[in-house]
Amino acid sequence: MKLDAKAPAGPIQQKWTNHRFGVKLVNPANKRKYSVIVVGTGLAGASAAASLAELGYKVLAFTYHESPRRAHSIAAQGGINAPKNYSNDGDSVYRLFYDTLKGGDYRAREANVYRLAEVSNSIIDQCVGQGVPFARDYSGLLDNRSFGGAQVSRTFYARGQTGQQLLLGAYSVLSRQIANKGVTLFERREMLDLVVVDGQARGIIARNLVTGAIEKYTANAVVLATGGYGNVFFLSTNAKASNTTAIWRAHKRGALFGNPCFTQIHPTCIPQSGEYQSKLTLMSESLRNDGRVWVPKAKGDKRRPGDIPEAERDYYLERMYPSFGNLVPRDVASRRAKEMCDKGHGVGETGLAVYLDFADAIKRLGKDNVAGKYGNLFDMYKQITAEDPYTTPMRIYPAVHYTMGGLWVDYNLMSTIPGLYVIGEANFSDHGANRLGASALMQGLADGYFILPYTIGDYLASTKFPAVGTDHADFKRTETEIQKQVEKLMSVNGKTTVDEFHRQLGKIMWDHVGMARNAAGLKKAAKEISALREKFWKDVKITGVAADVNSELEKAGRVADFFELGELMALDALQREESCGGHFREEHQTDEGEAKRNDAKFAYVAAWEYTGKVSSPKMHKEKLDFEYVKPSQRSYK
Amino acid sequence: MKITLNVWRQQNAQSSGRFETYVASNVSEHMSFLEMLDVVNTDLVKAGKEPIAFDHDCREGVCGSCGIVIGGRAHGPNRAIATCQLHMRTFRDGDTITLEPWRAKAFPVIKDLMVDRTAMDRIMQAGGYVSVKTGGVPDGNAIPIPKHVADEAMDAAACIGCGACVAACPNGSAMLFVAAKVSQLALLPQGQVERTERVLKMVKQMDDEGFGNCSNNYACEAECPKEVSVTHIARLNREYLRANLVKEEQKESAGGA
Repeated sequence: MKLDAKAPAGPIQQKWTNHRFGVKLVNPANKRKYSVIVVGTGLAGASAAASLAELGYKVLAFTYHESPRRAHSIAAQGGINAPKNYSNDGDSVYRLFYDTLKGGDYRAREANVYRLAEVSNSIIDQCVGQGVPFARDYSGLLDNRSFGGAQVSRTFYARGQTGQQLLLGAYSVLSRQIANKGVTLFERREMLDLVVVDGQARGIIARNLVTGAIEKYTANAVVLATGGYGNVFFLSTNAKASNTTAIWRAHKRGALFGNPCFTQIHPTCIPQSGEYQSKLTLMSESLRNDGRVWVPKAKGDKRRPGDIPEAERDYYLERMYPSFGNLVPRDVASRRAKEMCDKGHGVGETGLAVYLDFADAIKRLGKDNVAGKYGNLFDMYKQITAEDPYTTPMRIYPAVHYTMGGLWVDYNLMSTIPGLYVIGEANFSDHGANRLGASALMQGLADGYFILPYTIGDYLASTKFPAVGTDHADFKRTETEIQKQVEKLMSVNGKTTVDEFHRQLGKIMWDHVGMARNAAGLKKAAKEISALREKFWKDVKITGVAADVNSELEKAGRVADFFELGELMALDALQREESCGGHFREEHQTDEGEAKRNDAKFAYVAAWEYTGKVSSPKMHKEKLDFEYVKPSQRSYK
Repeated sequence: MKITLNVWRQQNAQSSGRFETYVASNVSEHMSFLEMLDVVNTDLVKAGKEPIAFDHDCREGVCGSCGIVIGGRAHGPNRAIATCQLHMRTFRDGDTITLEPWRAKAFPVIKDLMVDRTAMDRIMQAGGYVSVKTGGVPDGNAIPIPKHVADEAMDAAACIGCGACVAACPNGSAMLFVAAKVSQLALLPQGQVERTERVLKMVKQMDDEGFGNCSNNYACEAECPKEVSVTHIARLNREYLRANLVKEEQKESAGGA
């Protein structure tokens, strides 16, 4: 298989403009003859479904939630980037492009990243037009703040609920299209498989989560906007239902999986408190604007933070990275926190935490101003820990937060299956080996509002579509396979619950495929996952019946896929004999403990093909060329 | 801690439900309420029984999925949080807690503690938006909005659509939910063009869905996890009155022409 990224020729500033002129258009009157399935209603899915319906396409939108507004984009806190340069601090499209590519440690495709930066300004305008109440200053104009990995203030925000407000904006325009009958919404439906007919993606199989019915839907194209797979670690900041099933099933139908091992571990999360823990809660990166990270200089210092004098504290990020300080990118901040704890400087009962201290900020700005900026985050922290961050420093520890990997897509956001598009976190595209803060919302909305609506038209206009109904043999065969899998899961009747298996898988992933990885650990992980997967199919226990609401059955299907993906992540991390971004191989580091990239050998996207056997996938490479930004060692010193 | 739970179990909207009693032992005070339920459910599954069905997802109080009437109060005894943000340290060893679904005519039970809240989506579809299409909007800074106005709009926009206001209201009214969106868009300049039509359509849909009327009980505000204020209901009433007057005037001037 030859991977063709289809990045257009010409100067980088002209690529997207030229490409848009070059693509075929569907005549306005013909658009209603084409139908598009959009799976997922988060930022990417909702914005895509609404925009496609506005253009006149017939859209079928699917969500496993009861309402599109409950998608996990809602939980994003900090903000969304755009190089408006409203702060007059020298920002530009080129700078955002540069920061994003560098932040991703030079493992993303230049043309895609430039386009992302280019369309990001329009997102802000669009959301303001929808009535999104972004933060404003006293002039009534939009306010900005800064985020990790950037030295300009380009992040737009709505208190600590930016994701919520952007999603409600996208949900509002989606709601309008539902009312106009441009979009038909199928709620409480979970996609369980992709139907490929004569090499084209032509529909999906979904389970109705209320009745348990297996349903078939057909269209001219399928868009997956189903988010990331961080829950493979069991404990992550993802919502409980977030899963890999949609993209994993598509992968098994022929879509290549790009850079599966690129996982982002977010540095500022509330530490785990016990074995029963069901998820981890993020504290927005924006807190690092004013909070100072420190640990006691003495190992095992068990004094209360207030009793540790200034001279006995190590503000290690400020010490190691004087120019970026507490605002180094996420991968760097996470790894250093782990290192401090591993060396015995960790705080709190478990010793797996560092302090994030607001005492100086409160002194400088006053409590009211700090509350105005971060009040809801402080409340959230207090709610969970019963500690008051206004008087005692927060305890934070890294947690899995985002997956840069995902289905491989070309410049048009199309996977290796014709007619299957993948947008938002579900694709592998723009963030390379590490995503900068406030860039996930930007990418989801860029894909949905401003990129996919153009590129999908090109495919629809230039493709012949044989008439395919849901009674087509391929639909029936796929439906039968899904029904069999459901029956198989229900019939195991073992002794171990789905969550118990999931926790075991998560522990293997965290220990060996987490923040620091090495060859021996990765090999061990692949083996252990494979063994545990076999046990799962012999010993999982699900009660209730399939033809009903059945949360255990839902979880079992998702965990079954996590078991397969987990092994692929270990294999991908094993082959990448370098450190880059969130992928840190202990064998490959500089004397100062920074990630040591190997551009000569690893400047490529690893795109994995499913061969029919989970443990022996085939890797393809998309070579990454850097024409504009010369890869250098990332330095935040 | 040892906690006794009286949980509402109901197969579906058609069947009648009943309370069942479960005991949760070894509950840690640091557990969240839903983590406690996870443990109860694991025990049920291991015993070959069906777990308690309840909606939940983000577990950080923003997706609006969860919602249980706990000890007679929507989202439990603490102010300004959703069910998922409630921690067991709120309770005492030996407590008995009653768990019920949202109870309202417009929210039929799906199973156990899960209800169907899609009526709220249909209200939003009736007019809870600004009719802008992708592209063709002015620059973000072309519309200055005074900070206090943007802040007040944000207060309303913080609604997570959980339906606690409906569950708490003796009339099963969705006024606070509808008011939050009407108020947000009535405050902002972007919402002015459709101001009149929006409130009329949303209120009509609210009535059609079977939600009750508002009798200024204010239980909605007391139970709202995002502390959305009833002053937004006052604005909704004003907007509704205004819209009706505008409509009258339009009718008269059309009739006179």
